[in-house]
Amino acid sequence: MRLFLRLLARNRLALAGAVVLGFVVLLVLMTPVLPLAEPNITNTADRFQRPFTPGHLLGTDHLGRDLLSRLLWGTRLSLAVGFSAAVIAATIGAAIGIVAGYFGGRTDNLIMRGVDMLMAFPYILLALAIVAALGPGLMNALIAVAAVNVPFFARNIRGITVGIAHKEFVDAAKLSGMGHGRIILSEILPNVLPVIVIAMSTTVGWMILETAGLSFLGLGSQPPQADLGSMLGEARAALITSPHTSVVPGVMILIIVMSINLLGDGVRDALDPRLRSGALTRPMAATLVDRDSVPEPSGDGILTLDGIETQFHVGDRIYRAVGGVSLSVGPGECLGLIGESGSGKSVTALSIMGLVASPPGVITGGAARYRGRDLIGMPYRELRRLRGDRIAYIFQDPLATLHPLYRVGDQLAEAIRCHHAIGRAEAHDRAIELLKSVRIPNPESRARSYPHEMSGGMRQRVGIAMALANDPDVIIADEPTTALDVTVQAQILSLLNDLRRDRGLAIVFITHDFGVVAQLCDRVAVMYAGRIVEEGPTAEILARPAHPYTSRLIDCVPELGGGRRELAAIPGLPPSVDDLPAGCAFAPRCDKKQSSCAVGEVALKPRDGRAVRCLYPDWRPA
Amino acid sequence: MGSYILKRLLSAIPVLLGITIIVFAIMAMIPGDPATAILGSYATPENVEKLNRDLGLDKPAAARYFIWLGNMLTGDFGQSFALNRPVIHEVLERFSATLVLAGTAFVLCCFFGILAGVVSASRQYGLADKAITFAVLLGISIPSFFLGMMMILLFAVSLKWLPVSGMYAIYGGGDLWDLLKHLAMPATALAVVATGVIARLSRSAMLEVLRQDFIRTARAKGVSEHRVIWGHALRAAMVSIIPVLGIQAGFVLSGAVYIEIVFQWPGVGRMLVDAILKRDILLVQGGVVLVAACYVIFNIMVDVAQSLLDPRIKT
Amino acid sequence: MSAALKLDNLSKSFPVGKPLFGPPKFTVKAVRPVSLTVETGETLGIVGESGCGKSTLARMLVGLIPPTTGRIEIEGRAFDNADPAAFGRSIQYVFQDPISSLNPRKTIRQIMEVPLKRLHRMNKADRARRISEIFAAVNLRDDFLNRYPHEFSGGQAQRIGIARALAANARILILDEPVSALDVSVQAQVLNLLAKLKREFGLTYLFISHDLAVVEAVSDRIAVLYFGAVVEIGRAEAIFNRPRHPYTKLLADSAPVVGRPLTAPEGKETELPDPLNPPPGCAFAARCPRASELCRQSEPQLTVMGEYQLAACHHPLDS
Repeated sequence: MRLFLRLLARNRLALAGAVVLGFVVLLVLMTPVLPLAEPNITNTADRFQRPFTPGHLLGTDHLGRDLLSRLLWGTRLSLAVGFSAAVIAATIGAAIGIVAGYFGGRTDNLIMRGVDMLMAFPYILLALAIVAALGPGLMNALIAVAAVNVPFFARNIRGITVGIAHKEFVDAAKLSGMGHGRIILSEILPNVLPVIVIAMSTTVGWMILETAGLSFLGLGSQPPQADLGSMLGEARAALITSPHTSVVPGVMILIIVMSINLLGDGVRDALDPRLRSGALTRPMAATLVDRDSVPEPSGDGILTLDGIETQFHVGDRIYRAVGGVSLSVGPGECLGLIGESGSGKSVTALSIMGLVASPPGVITGGAARYRGRDLIGMPYRELRRLRGDRIAYIFQDPLATLHPLYRVGDQLAEAIRCHHAIGRAEAHDRAIELLKSVRIPNPESRARSYPHEMSGGMRQRVGIAMALANDPDVIIADEPTTALDVTVQAQILSLLNDLRRDRGLAIVFITHDFGVVAQLCDRVAVMYAGRIVEEGPTAEILARPAHPYTSRLIDCVPELGGGRRELAAIPGLPPSVDDLPAGCAFAPRCDKKQSSCAVGEVALKPRDGRAVRCLYPDWRPA
Repeated sequence: MGSYILKRLLSAIPVLLGITIIVFAIMAMIPGDPATAILGSYATPENVEKLNRDLGLDKPAAARYFIWLGNMLTGDFGQSFALNRPVIHEVLERFSATLVLAGTAFVLCCFFGILAGVVSASRQYGLADKAITFAVLLGISIPSFFLGMMMILLFAVSLKWLPVSGMYAIYGGGDLWDLLKHLAMPATALAVVATGVIARLSRSAMLEVLRQDFIRTARAKGVSEHRVIWGHALRAAMVSIIPVLGIQAGFVLSGAVYIEIVFQWPGVGRMLVDAILKRDILLVQGGVVLVAACYVIFNIMVDVAQSLLDPRIKT
Repeated sequence: MSAALKLDNLSKSFPVGKPLFGPPKFTVKAVRPVSLTVETGETLGIVGESGCGKSTLARMLVGLIPPTTGRIEIEGRAFDNADPAAFGRSIQYVFQDPISSLNPRKTIRQIMEVPLKRLHRMNKADRARRISEIFAAVNLRDDFLNRYPHEFSGGQAQRIGIARALAANARILILDEPVSALDVSVQAQVLNLLAKLKREFGLTYLFISHDLAVVEAVSDRIAVLYFGAVVEIGRAEAIFNRPRHPYTKLLADSAPVVGRPLTAPEGKETELPDPLNPPPGCAFAARCPRASELCRQSEPQLTVMGEYQLAACHHPLDS
């Protein structure tokens, strides 16, 4: 709650809305005690007085009634009716939505068909029909507006509830012995409540407009009682001769609704956890680059990284996801990049072609050179020409990474046509060839499939075909088999292995699985807390790891055929990259730690074609 | 695809029946009887009773519903007692005027709403985004009838560019140019709110889509930013924009009631409000049912459009 | 030894394209009739790939999904969750996703108290004492109790999930992929904790995973599921070393192992059959190098093959 208020106060527009609305509310609360003329006393001699006439600050209307007084009394009424309608509609709608969403099945089906029926009316028809039946009047207008909005709330809240009712914590509550009523109240409602508040705060303004509308039509408040809508309705006849009688209530509606909408948006932003974490920002076409200097080239591979540093700037926190990574890969070579989640391996891979989401990502240092050309900070046009043409990516989850609404053949053809001026038909033929090259059966008919119609393994083959589309020199594969079953993983890995041998591809293979690295990669680099801690030929590192982290991580992996046993574990957790310890990041979890490990920078020291970032490495003879 | 359209059309039948029941039930709640309303309070009880019998009002509600429904199926919506002409003629004539107004407004709000939303999202936190966000906020906060009145003051009274009200000039009008001149203000006033809502939704739908993995894939294969935004992202965002267009069509149709009154547009909304105030029940029932039926058909078209766009919907 | 858990012809079909009233158009058999026994104090591992029905099976055992056919016996008594308290005291569940199994709007203490309050009707002081005991058993600090789930890492959250299951004081735990959301170094911590708790409290585990090596490391016996049915069951140390069913062999050969060269273990690169239109015979026949006409026509039944090992195959591999 405190966090919510703080976030709300930080939003300047919402604050402005709150101040204006607060002022209006204060004013209408004080209306009965203010020295105002009676709002309903007519004085036809004084009709249509202009504003700022003595005794009538805002002038008078067609019956000579004081406009200021009518305005304040009318605002009071409009606000009260609008808020009541919103609360009533939200309460009833949310109750219906929660019941339908939680119980599902036939209950849900029947309720939602009823709701759909009500939503089949343009809302005003229903409101007009209700008012026609109940007769004109402000209370009836309130009932009509609330009733018309119930289906909207019900549908919205039902959608949210369905999502929550299928969460595992609801199952857990059932197993802990809770009944339905208790689950709805203590598990579902607290999670739906923010959405109800958001829906209400963003629709209060709309409700005020709607009630004003009904009054404007003469179906809401009846004379002599005035709300803002009926004031406008009465003033319309004299619009051209005395415009001020229309402008005064109209501007008041505008001010109220606008301040409510500003405040409502602020409430929404403060309550929505996705907005709070900044997740709803749009990634730009290429990652932001903000580096002071460009390091000298170090390796001689086709793709060389020199001290890449990538950070995430979230609020005033800085997450050093990648803290200076240098790598090099040659043609036909497969380099494995291995690490646990949060080690920075994927961010390293995405930094190469500027694909780290930005904001919040920023590349703050280093260089990534393809055939000697620095990709970091390269003009976007040139970078785009290399993307997918010379350096291509394969991503983890092929269902999320292929466009759901395009046929896979078209997605492949597009990849080619981005870089080569060839016709549609030719690109399509090429796409089918590509599908064939990744061993997809019936490529002609498969090209017309959508991604959701394929199995995970087939989709990943499409992902690989797309990477191969322009015969690239380098493929960066970001956990391409993690989402797949083992039998399918084995097929995909052997496919990748054949392709790189046939085509002389350089592959950077990101994974968390030592088994996969051992089978596919020539060399491997182990990452921990954003840095490489050990690098060298795969077989040597697996047989004789020199860094304590590498050797203990290998011990943690249960190996098939080992039988039932106690597993080795590494106590503790990896450090958070926004709060890295001084010295070696692994030191707090390391059993060989000395006092010197926690001071100063530990460098990556090369030795015999290997390198290790440790003061006390364990070099064992072959 | 054909079978899907057929299936959706068939599924509309219970909805339409439900609509007639709801309308009839609400109207049956009206206190007092129409005969008194028609004949006035000085009518003799005998005359009232005779008229009630003539109108079939002495029968139970269920029977009256089925008679009304049966008549409607043969195209007979009854007689408007206030206007003394068949309901169907009056409603169709008025509804065509409303369609011109609401249809124009709907096209305007779809085009500008989506355009503004996409531009706003693709330049998030830029100047264009801020300007659009502010304009949208203003648009969704202003009552359309007030906006219409202010437009009359500015463009018709002060600047004298456009006619104050009506659909055609009383003398010498009647051509397309005349209609467009009369249409400009009401259609704009009507479109403003829906444009704002659609722009907001399109912006957040685009922002949501732009963070998806498949956008990163498109960028990784070298697709130009223009195509990423207007092709890949907008297409995916349309999946969540299109249903809202259907809902907004209902809001435009609803808003037309106010605009028709402000601009004296001879549409069905104004007719309904008059009919309600005069308690012309058959006219209200017929008007509501016909307009709601058109809206149901329109929403089926929206669903079909959605299924054409999104292959994941089972057809 | 007595049976802690006995399943007899347990199956589950899900309706597809169900109209508002009347029977559904199709049914998908997520779990085909399965009969299994888990002895008291045993860990039975269940492996299978995605879509093989292992989670559906687990959820039926704790009453989260009603079975279509068959019966379940828990500690000799027929399955009965009419009294949720008595039922919850006998069997509990540990979820795959540790974070989403904890209500984000409740403190850990509130979450931990529910089973004690609802299942055991403990008073406040007893609850506090019991929570402290359990937290000590799962190596969590008491000051975590006043925090919210989002403040924890996956490994810690999974330990909280295990603590909640322990709070019910059930003797049988269904562990549904309890470590697959965790990194290897943390995974080992949780697996070792589970082993320790089992010794300490004499628990019975049904351990579900897709990771062969993990299942092998924790289980006494292992059942292999394919397309909703048990295709092979046997002792953990034997089943992957001497598989009798070709699918088990395929699984074992596919698992990436350090020091084994990369070969596609399978000639035919086909995948699972279509669940809406299942083949008449053995579901694995289309992928199986040993498949014959017999396999495509009749479904093999589980038969005893060697000591403690059963497989459902017409042409089993030699041991």
